[in-house]
Amino acid sequence: MHELALAEAVVATALEVAARERIGRITGIEVRVGELQSIDRETFAFALRTMIPADEPRLAAAEIRIEIERARLRCRPCGREFLLEEAPGFSGATAAEAIHFVPELAHAFLRCPGCASPDFAVEGGRGVTLHAVEGE
Amino acid sequence: MSVLDPRLAGVRLRLAEVERIVAVSGGKGGIGKSVVASTLALALAERGLATGLFDLDLTGPCDHLILGLGERQPSEEFGLDPPRVHGVRFLSVSYFAGERPAPLRGEELSDALIELLAVGHWGPTDVLVIDMPPGLGDASLDLVRLLRAAEYLVLANPSRVVLETVRRTLTFHRELGSRVAGVVENMSRGAPAASRSLAEEFGVPFLGSVPFDAELEGALGDARRLLATRAGAAIRALAATLAA
Repeated sequence: MHELALAEAVVATALEVAARERIGRITGIEVRVGELQSIDRETFAFALRTMIPADEPRLAAAEIRIEIERARLRCRPCGREFLLEEAPGFSGATAAEAIHFVPELAHAFLRCPGCASPDFAVEGGRGVTLHAVEGE
Repeated sequence: MSVLDPRLAGVRLRLAEVERIVAVSGGKGGIGKSVVASTLALALAERGLATGLFDLDLTGPCDHLILGLGERQPSEEFGLDPPRVHGVRFLSVSYFAGERPAPLRGEELSDALIELLAVGHWGPTDVLVIDMPPGLGDASLDLVRLLRAAEYLVLANPSRVVLETVRRTLTFHRELGSRVAGVVENMSRGAPAASRSLAEEFGVPFLGSVPFDAELEGALGDARRLLATRAGAAIRALAATLAA
């Protein structure tokens, strides 16, 4: 599944942080997943667990916290702020799958509910980001 | 800790088994990057090399039309597995956007490009050919930043309008320290003196010219016919040079 590639990248980044900050044992990581990318929390937690190498003691006992971040969109021409479910074009498997793989394809499918423009900014809740690597 | 973008590690991981990246650039739109990139990928695959083609012209993708993609779609296994088209593993945003326009601003282009690089699963690959976006904006800067090992094939043509832009492109690569594999004159109608001279001026190889070929348009979408055109023959010779 596509989530495995993103999960592997999160694991590699957490280990890079641990190496840089001389963390011997990672106790927790905090990942935020943007609503726009519509990645299921349980699926991503499974993907993260799957991608932790068996011979990597630093991450073996880490608590994985995944927060889903609401997508916040703002139309550039008319200034309207809107949520994903308010955007015309949001429903439909084709749009959802495309945006799942490449969130910027929201601009190919979604429109501002006020003026129908595809020119909107995604001000939050885009994709996967790593917010904390805790350890000792 | 500041917020980290894990996709940057993802780009390294996804490209770890790619031996060589050849990015077809030129700065100017309409210079023939997509035809040269697509035909070059076909010609490299014809030589038995495990070849990928990545269409990173995200707002104007067209390699799928040149290759004659048909109904193929990437599979979702470990990331996005590019389907094989005439021996070339091919990935493009066109699988998802279809014919819809995807109007993207600079930062959005950059994000889309990084996302695709972070999930495109190429596996063991001898040569990955990249069809570069036109211009020297965010997308080009990101490619140079993220793909440090890439070699740039810079397309020129005899028009003074194009040569000026090619000069800027070569300067751009020199200033950013990227490796230029060489200059190729595309849509050539005679001796490629100006393109050759430009390559010499920048101290990079002149790799040959691809003739203007009126038959080319009719061969688009048909890989076998494309390789059999006069332009195709020149690009096959270019593939031989690059593979040597």
